[in-house]
Amino acid sequence: MPADVLGLALRLIENLASAGPGSALAEAMEKRAEILRLSEAAHNAVLLPREPGGLSHGLRAALAARMARLNRNPALASHYDTLVARADEPTTASLVNPGTNVTDRRTAEIVRHADRLTLAPREATRAHVDALREVGVADADIVRLSELAAFVNYQVRVIAGITLIGGMR
Amino acid sequence: MSELVHTFTTTIPRWQPYVVPVDLATATDEQRAAMQVTPSGKGISPYVLTLAHDPESLAVRSPLFNLIMYGRDGLTGSERELGAVAASVVNRCVYCAAVHASRFNNLTKRTDVIEAVFADGLEATLDEHLQAIFDFSARLSTTPPEATAADAQALVDVGLNELECLDLVLSAAIFGWANRLMHTLGEPMRD
Repeated sequence: MPADVLGLALRLIENLASAGPGSALAEAMEKRAEILRLSEAAHNAVLLPREPGGLSHGLRAALAARMARLNRNPALASHYDTLVARADEPTTASLVNPGTNVTDRRTAEIVRHADRLTLAPREATRAHVDALREVGVADADIVRLSELAAFVNYQVRVIAGITLIGGMR
Repeated sequence: MSELVHTFTTTIPRWQPYVVPVDLATATDEQRAAMQVTPSGKGISPYVLTLAHDPESLAVRSPLFNLIMYGRDGLTGSERELGAVAASVVNRCVYCAAVHASRFNNLTKRTDVIEAVFADGLEATLDEHLQAIFDFSARLSTTPPEATAADAQALVDVGLNELECLDLVLSAAIFGWANRLMHTLGEPMRD
């Protein structure tokens, strides 16, 4: 299994002065262990689902790495780069870098929407969903794409927040 | 005649999906199992039927959401709701903001805080305690997150301990998730 949100957060906070074993933050995270366990289960549900539908594991990993980069989280991006390498899907691997896209119309529209979901979800409208449908993205895949972006953006903020708490005092 | 709700309100709108929700009559066993674990436990909403298109995610997200927002110890319920509202203002999710602003008002028996937030958005002036919570949550919700050590220190300065700070991080973060579903897969309507 890949590095999870808890494992990654723990590795990040190990370097923080006030977050070592026995610290108040470590105790707080222990009290919230079930939440962190479910976060790991969510990671697997959106990155490595049993039923990926029209969003391959490789495309999901590449989009997640790209979202992490848009959020300026290189450690998380590196984790997703590992999943991209494991998926070994040449057609989507280049998408890990923001600003890139592919020529395939369906995938290109998915990438544009993934960027919007990360950078400016407030600007999302019905027209964007219609644009996805027009290039053949199924409704179930539109929901899967939102869940993927939603999870990665949650994970980014959990890690950023825990890092800030760990740096206090 | 239904109309789209554009402005923040504590009157909870009806959520209307952009995609066709799963039909309960033809839902798979996995979709049915995922839909049972909903926050209300009552009738299955169009929102849950929409999310049932991805049952693996829905099955995990529902218990995760409930633990973060309605867990017993740690940060108070109303302060978690304020974290949710702050994220929803940043992401302009009118529906999420309505639900969680209402909960904040019900839990605190006051309306002035939400009135200030809806009137002035991210510039809202609140009392020192709630200001620290609101500002931290809002700044954690941008892309990339803009919250700083000073924003975190402000939480400590108004008396939050590590567990309460962690609960606030989780509450704001789970609305980075919820807003990206609710606001991007459908829209709030007034009938």
